[in-house]
Formats: sequence, C-alpha cells, structure tokens
Amino acid sequence: MNKNFKKLAVIIPAYNEQDNIAMVVNDILSIRHPGFQLSPIVVNDCSQDNTAAIVEKLDCVLLDLPVNLGIGGAVQTGYKYAYEHNFDYAIQVDGDGQHPAGEISKLLLEAEQTQANIIIGSRFITNNGFQSTAMRRFGIVFLKSWIKLFSGITIYDNTSGFRLIDNKVLEVAQANYPDEYPEPESILLFSNKGFQIKEIPVLMKARQGGESSITSFNQLYYMIKVSLAIFYTYLRTKK
Amino acid sequence: MEQYYSYRIQLISIIVSLAFLFYISRLIIKGKLREEYAIFWVISTILLIIFSFWRRGLDIIAHLVGVYLAPNLVFTSAIFAILIYLLHLSIVVSQLHDKNKIMSQELALLKERIIKIESEENKKSTNSQ
Repeated sequence: MNKNFKKLAVIIPAYNEQDNIAMVVNDILSIRHPGFQLSPIVVNDCSQDNTAAIVEKLDCVLLDLPVNLGIGGAVQTGYKYAYEHNFDYAIQVDGDGQHPAGEISKLLLEAEQTQANIIIGSRFITNNGFQSTAMRRFGIVFLKSWIKLFSGITIYDNTSGFRLIDNKVLEVAQANYPDEYPEPESILLFSNKGFQIKEIPVLMKARQGGESSITSFNQLYYMIKVSLAIFYTYLRTKK
Repeated sequence: MEQYYSYRIQLISIIVSLAFLFYISRLIIKGKLREEYAIFWVISTILLIIFSFWRRGLDIIAHLVGVYLAPNLVFTSAIFAILIYLLHLSIVVSQLHDKNKIMSQELALLKERIIKIESEENKKSTNSQ
C-alpha cells in the first residue's frame, strides 16, 4: 500500500437497511479520489432484518452491534474503529441512500483546500435537491438560531449527518459523542472545542427506503431534547 | 399575620425550586444525568418555579378543572406525574436488563471463539517447532 495515500473511513450506520445497504456500499467502493483510499465501514445497529448478512458478503468492514445503541452510538462505534486504525479522515454516510457517494469528493476537496476540521454537506445553502418537510425545516431554522446563540457560528443544515471530520476531531468524537439525535448537539461540542467548521452545498436524495430516526410523533420531544442538550453542552464546554 | 406567613412559604418554595434546578443542571453538566431523563426534572422544576411566583395561577387552574381546594390539585397531579415517571423508569430498567443480558451472552460466545482460535494456534506452533 502506498504510504502517501490518506486513509478515509466511510462510516455507514445502518438500521434495517437491507434494501439499500448493498447499493450504498457499492457506490462508495466505485468512488476514486486522488490521494485518498476509501474504506467503507458499516455499523449494523442491531437490525432485525438481513442487513448484517448482506453486508458480510460485501467488500467492507462490518461492525455488528449486539444491542441497539441508536444512531449516535452506532456512528461513534465507527469513529472508535477509525481512531484505533489511524484513519486520517472519517465521513458519515447514511445507510438509506440519502447521501450520494458522488458528493464525497466535494467534501474531500473542501477539506484539502480550506484545512477546516469539519466539513458539513448541506441541503440548504443553494436549496437544490431533497429539502425535507416544512415542519422539519422550521425546526432546523430554530436550531440554527439556537446554535448560533451558544457558539456564535451559523450552520444552516445542522441536522445533516453527511459530514467529514479530520483525525483531530476524530479523537474527540470517538471519546464523546451523543447517542440520540447527535448532529445539532455535536456541532456545539466541536465548535466550542475550537475546531473549524465549514458547510458546503451538496445534493441529497429523499431516503430510498427504511425509516427516519425522527418520526412525526417524536418531533416535539426531539426539539426539547436537542435544545436542552445544546444548552448543557454549552455550559459544559464554554471557555 | 396570615399574609406574612404565606409570603414566607412562597419565598421558601422559590428558593427550594431554584436550588433544585441548579442541582439538576450540575448533574447534567458533570455527565451524571443524561438529558433524556433530565427533561422530566427540568420541566417539573420550571413548573414549580412558575407557580411559586404566580400564586393565583394555582387557584385559577384548580377552579378551571373543578377542584375546590387548590392544594388537592397539587397533590393529585404530583402523584400522577410521579406514578407515570416511575413506570417510565421501570421500562427503562427492563430494557437495560435485556441489553445487558444480550451483551454478556455475546461476550461469552466471543471469549469461547478466541480461546478456541488461540489453542489452535498454540497447537500449530508446537507442531512446527
């Protein structure tokens, strides 16, 4: 293996994604980005369907959780693996096909050019592609102001899981990452630790199948929980 | 005289609620209490604080739901909330119990596999020597 290659861990959390997971992994395997070596790592969050059996046959790492941890716990497992194996970068790509593999290159290019620690792929900068429902967009706008209040930075698509982190952030994230609805909360955690965060426009698709981790019934609980968590993360990490 | 006493209890309840909120916040900041369990405590403390400032509010709400004595409303709703939260905690404990069991079993199976692999490797290395 060429030593000049940088290692990128593509972390794919999957919960009951038997219909999409093979396509997602194969799309990632087909991506070539000069100077980088991509390794797909599927974290199966105790799916009840055939996700694990399907992934075992693919050319990728499978981390098979024996109990369900939720999206944050699953992603953190991937971060721990990437950290232990000295990866230079890690990117989260959802197992449902929402994050097109073709957009990974955009995030990598941005990371090489700007030296930012975290690059977030955003739906809302140029407003192209899948835009989510009105109710959720309202929640995201509220969270944008809420995050700005406590960190001073503006992130439009703060619930986007499509994000690239470098090994300095990886060290923090593998040790400390929220379990439930981690995306908005972790922006505050990373920003208050002094990491540079950049957001660039990407095209996302509507989910290809499976269920969102946020059902409509849970939306109020989600907003209260996340707002509270952001506030307490601020108190915990300020200075 | 009566006025004086009721203001004293108001002051006490405001101080106690604020101290409680402060203590809960410290627990969350130190990572001893997770936010999803703290939501219940934070919201109920905020309610306590609101009603310790807004004393007439209790009478108004009691009147609205048809309870003659405001304190009865406090007791009924507090007991109800505590019961529901206890049930919630029992469910959480049951889930934890199940997950714990699965993890122990998984670990035992993995241990057995590793021991088998190690003993096979030992045999190989002794044979080749």
